[in-house]
Amino acid sequence: APMNLFMRMSLTTHSFLSSFHSHLCFVISSFQMQFMLLFSRQGKLRLQKWYVPLSDKEKKKITRELVQTVLARKPKMCSFLEWRDLKIVYKRYASLYFCCATEGQDNELITLEIIHRYVELLDKYFGSVCELDIIFNFEKAYFILDEFLLGGEAQETSKKNVLKAIEQADLLQEVRGLTILIGCARELFGGFTP
Amino acid sequence: MALKIVKGSIDRMFDKNLQDLVRGIRNHKEDEAKYISTCIDEIKQELKQDNIAVKANAVCKLTYLQMLGYDVSWAAFNIVEVMSSSKFTYKRIGYLAASQCFHESTDVIMLTTNQIRKDLSSPNQYDTGVALTGLSCFVTPDLARDLANDIMTLMSHTKPYIRKKAVLIMYKVFLKYPESLRPAFPRLKEKLEDPDPGVQSAAVNVICELARRNPKNYLSLAPLFFKLMTSSTNNWVLIKIIKLFGALTPLEPRLGKKLIEPLTNLIHRIYLFFSQILHHLSAITLVCFSWLIAFLFFITVLISLSSGMPNHSASIQLCVQKLRILIEDSDQNLKYLGLLAMSKILKTHPKSVQSHKDLILQCLDDKDESIRLRALDLLYGMVSKKNLMEIVKKLMLHVDKAEGTTYRDELLTKIIDICSQSNYQYITNFEWYISILVELTRLEGTRHGHLIASQMLDVAIRVKAIRVFAVAQMATLLDNAHMLTGNTQRNGICEVLYAAAWICGEFSEHLENPMETLEAMLRPKVATLPGHIQAVYVQNAAKLFATVLKSQEGNTDSTTAQEASQLMIDRLPLFVQSANLEVQERASCILQLVKYIQKLQQKDVEVSEEVCALFAGELNPVAPKAQKKVPIPDGLDLDAWINEPPSESESEDEQPKAIFSKEEPKHSRPRHTEVDEKELARRREARKQEQANNPFYIKASPSSQKVYQETPGVEHIPVVQIDLSVPLKVPGLPMSDQYVKLEEERRQKERAEKKKKDKKKRKEKRSGRGKKHDSGPESEEDITPAHMVDIVTEEMPENALPSDDDERDPADPHKALDIDLDKPLADSEKLPVRSHRAAEVLKSPAEDEEGENVSSLEPKKKSSKEKREKKKDKDKDRKVKMLFDRRLLRLISVMLTFIFLFYSFDRKAYDIQGNLQDGSQVVVSVIFENKCDSFLKSMEFNVLDSLNSKLQRPEGSGPHDSLTIPFQLPPGVSNEARFVFTVQSIIMPQKLKGTLTFIVKNEESSTHEKLDFKLHFTCTSYLITTPCYSDAFAKLLESGDLKSSSIRLEGVNMPFHHLLARICFHHHFSVVERIDSCASMYSRSIQGHHVCLLVKITVSVDAKCDEPTLLGNVLDEIKQTFSQC
Repeated sequence: APMNLFMRMSLTTHSFLSSFHSHLCFVISSFQMQFMLLFSRQGKLRLQKWYVPLSDKEKKKITRELVQTVLARKPKMCSFLEWRDLKIVYKRYASLYFCCATEGQDNELITLEIIHRYVELLDKYFGSVCELDIIFNFEKAYFILDEFLLGGEAQETSKKNVLKAIEQADLLQEVRGLTILIGCARELFGGFTP
Repeated sequence: MALKIVKGSIDRMFDKNLQDLVRGIRNHKEDEAKYISTCIDEIKQELKQDNIAVKANAVCKLTYLQMLGYDVSWAAFNIVEVMSSSKFTYKRIGYLAASQCFHESTDVIMLTTNQIRKDLSSPNQYDTGVALTGLSCFVTPDLARDLANDIMTLMSHTKPYIRKKAVLIMYKVFLKYPESLRPAFPRLKEKLEDPDPGVQSAAVNVICELARRNPKNYLSLAPLFFKLMTSSTNNWVLIKIIKLFGALTPLEPRLGKKLIEPLTNLIHRIYLFFSQILHHLSAITLVCFSWLIAFLFFITVLISLSSGMPNHSASIQLCVQKLRILIEDSDQNLKYLGLLAMSKILKTHPKSVQSHKDLILQCLDDKDESIRLRALDLLYGMVSKKNLMEIVKKLMLHVDKAEGTTYRDELLTKIIDICSQSNYQYITNFEWYISILVELTRLEGTRHGHLIASQMLDVAIRVKAIRVFAVAQMATLLDNAHMLTGNTQRNGICEVLYAAAWICGEFSEHLENPMETLEAMLRPKVATLPGHIQAVYVQNAAKLFATVLKSQEGNTDSTTAQEASQLMIDRLPLFVQSANLEVQERASCILQLVKYIQKLQQKDVEVSEEVCALFAGELNPVAPKAQKKVPIPDGLDLDAWINEPPSESESEDEQPKAIFSKEEPKHSRPRHTEVDEKELARRREARKQEQANNPFYIKASPSSQKVYQETPGVEHIPVVQIDLSVPLKVPGLPMSDQYVKLEEERRQKERAEKKKKDKKKRKEKRSGRGKKHDSGPESEEDITPAHMVDIVTEEMPENALPSDDDERDPADPHKALDIDLDKPLADSEKLPVRSHRAAEVLKSPAEDEEGENVSSLEPKKKSSKEKREKKKDKDKDRKVKMLFDRRLLRLISVMLTFIFLFYSFDRKAYDIQGNLQDGSQVVVSVIFENKCDSFLKSMEFNVLDSLNSKLQRPEGSGPHDSLTIPFQLPPGVSNEARFVFTVQSIIMPQKLKGTLTFIVKNEESSTHEKLDFKLHFTCTSYLITTPCYSDAFAKLLESGDLKSSSIRLEGVNMPFHHLLARICFHHHFSVVERIDSCASMYSRSIQGHHVCLLVKITVSVDAKCDEPTLLGNVLDEIKQTFSQC
């Protein structure tokens, strides 16, 4: 059954947050993310994005090892791991693990914030996102991620702008999709006219 | 024809789309692989069709399958096809597939260059965006080279959406194609001032990332960033810039001083926010951690500041206290982050963190490994001479308790790291350290035996005083070797025996009972150790043997010596049969040698001296980099062939080694064939010759022909029953705790003695005016090492080359980006542009290169004075008076160089009254540095007030009272004090006379001294760098309120931008605008006078100001600045 990924913040925290909103624009800072993985509690990969050039074999190896390590951790443990020479930051939302790897000197809180923002973006876009949304519309999940991060750097700090860009691109796709459909129909039925 | 189309369309209706595929996979959980292989077959069919929609659908499904781990590289060409569709819908899918599936070695990437270029210049911004996003994932050096220019053009696109992406992707391009950095840099720099905040932060991001790796090339951007920092309101950009300055300040210390003012403002802003956060600290859960980021940000700023400002210890203290709350929290993330932030503070303020040692030790018990590792990291920085033993003791307890081997190994390395850091700085008792190392050998299954071994060797070699103890310990270890090798064969810990054997051999003169150790080293069980360890055993057995002989020298009863020889002769053949070449060779050499010696012994010939000579001489430690540092002599070409390169056939002959190692040990001598024997004999002869000349080889006795022809089979190897009842503790091993206790007692005693001495001293000179030096808690310096530890430094070659960046990994891609960005651009460096696109030829970047604010802050001449003179005068008694004069002179010069003024004025007054004349304050910050060898205290600062300027004194004190400086200065220490002056008029420079009185205290006496100085208040120092926009500037000039004046700067021949930078830096101006050969500059005084300059390349300066006297003085000062250079 689809589970709501996103637990709503309590009202008090929310109002507290908004009171500091003006201070929060520096939330996302310089970092070089190496990769991002989304996987389920069963260890099934749901999304992967690599910002460093690696061969498929290496990617698979890293993924396998990392998924194992993260899944082995108990729920009460902290979200940070030092793994090889990378810093791994992961967070579990309902049945999905979001897991990022960054270079050593980067701030793990910022990575946590990136994950959180990405979840918020997904939530806004799909409307109460659940794991199935990401499975069935995995390309959309990628598009959102690509608008948010570029080459491992955060390119847009405003959620509104990210969603706007995605919506407009979708619109473009839908309009064109429609014309193609019409074209198809014409092709199909035009064939019968002598 | 029509029918075919129709058929294709109808087929398409039955195609699986992505959703169907996903659903299908979920429904075929049992035979997923089979289902997917049929799907892949279908996809292959679909890809064969002409219809692009079908292909796109297929590619989309492939992308999904790729994620599940299936190989889709065969479809790379189809992906390119979909990418090049003109429809955005398909293009988007194509680029997504490419970004997921392509990597550097995908060969079809070559085909995409033109398509990507077309998309980049598409009128639709989303086409361009999608291409840029894709490119960021699979950019190759070729693509980077071919597309660099196109991407650079996009950096000036009309849409910020594109500009932002283009700027970010430029970083990837630089990494792949470093040549593009110089031509693209001017434009990147322009983007720092982009009107869109997103683009601006992208540019800051890229430049920060570049500068972090190669900071020195970006020093010239400092003024620009400085301007950005003072003008920007975007916190997010600010934090980046501070980070950048963090990388730059170590290279240019003066930057730090310049940063103080803007950072102070910033920190006040953040502090307000911060205190609000702290207020809420307990009420918040981690659902939102944004405040935590702010908190950590605050710490970062504090730390970057603290190097420039000494007075932040209070706020640091507050931080640490609050961090403690975080660490004590039950939430693991908070705990982790608290520890992390703590480690940041630790680097700059170790004292304030050290008091929380208890908490950190507590964290070692945490269930979560991440947290334990963090705590370990912190401990590393927290040790001092005083607490090292205690901390290590705690860690040892944890080692015993630890469950997983990984964590235990981590603990072990940390213990060693902690103890050995900065050349064993914190170890006061090496006996204790050796016993810790020995205790660590009891760990089972650790991988770090090698590490322990190298520590043992290092300590034993470099700390001469410890050798006796170390040798005794190692001998016990050797005696109990079965414990280390016992259960788990060939685990890492047996490496320790390598060190033990070597130490016992090399320093065998300290052995109490060499004979026993010799016996232990030649036990048959040794033959099961790894080869390299056996080799060391054999070699050192020979050394021990030599020692035994020596100890028996002159002894009429020669039984012991003969026993030793017999022991060697009995036991060595076992090693002669070793499969390991090294062991075998050494053993056979030594065996022959001993046999020869035995013969001599039977004839009662004294041989010990000759045998000892084999191992004479001390081995000194050599620095790891020493070999690299040996300069290559002139005329030596290391790449040239010494002999002609060997031909193919010869190299085949060189293979016996490989064959040999493959052989089974039983029939290990294929060279015993007659043909080989001859050649072998010749080689052996040559080798012997060589070894005879080499003092480090054991010389073979003349009788050393092959005597061990009758190689015994394996079954002849004597097997000794191993005693498996392993005692819990190695018998006779001292526990390190014992040493902790001893050390405690020793320190106590020392302290008591010292107190006694102090008392005596005080009695002797009752007349001393000095306050009593209260003996509070034991300070670091009070702890003296147990015995004089002579740590031998590692040797370096005599004419070692000065160290350069040899720390750098040559494979680091950022190394290629270490490029001088200020050099003008040569034609050859321009980015490749396709010739038929003439319209897009680059603007000559050489022009941009001399951008307005570029300057390299050249070191001031004065700095040479700042360099500390290190001189020690031993015979103080006679020269005291003379010395003082010199010291004072030094002090004066120091003071004058260090007095730098910076001003703040009451902004509130400005806002409310609009009248700056009142409340103008000047803050003078003085750094006092004590350059003499005595202690300076009771410093008092006084200035003779003038009508115009007055030193602000605390209420109730008279106009001539001096101010007490709130600190004392031990030798070589500097500290900063600030004084506030009230200034009436600022249009004239002034000099204030002042005196500094202080007490110089050394061991014998204390004297009162006085130092006169002058404070020079230049007009420049009343100016504040204020950014001004060109339109406001123009208005100001048009207003006609300003009086003008002009000067010429004579004899100035420096680049124009240097000239501008100098004016900016020394006289607090900012550049408003620069047009070719002239630049307009602006500054404002603390009382609101506007000062405008027009500097021409002909080095004339036209100036305007609303106060002609001020202007005249400022110009004079500018002139003076340039006459000095």
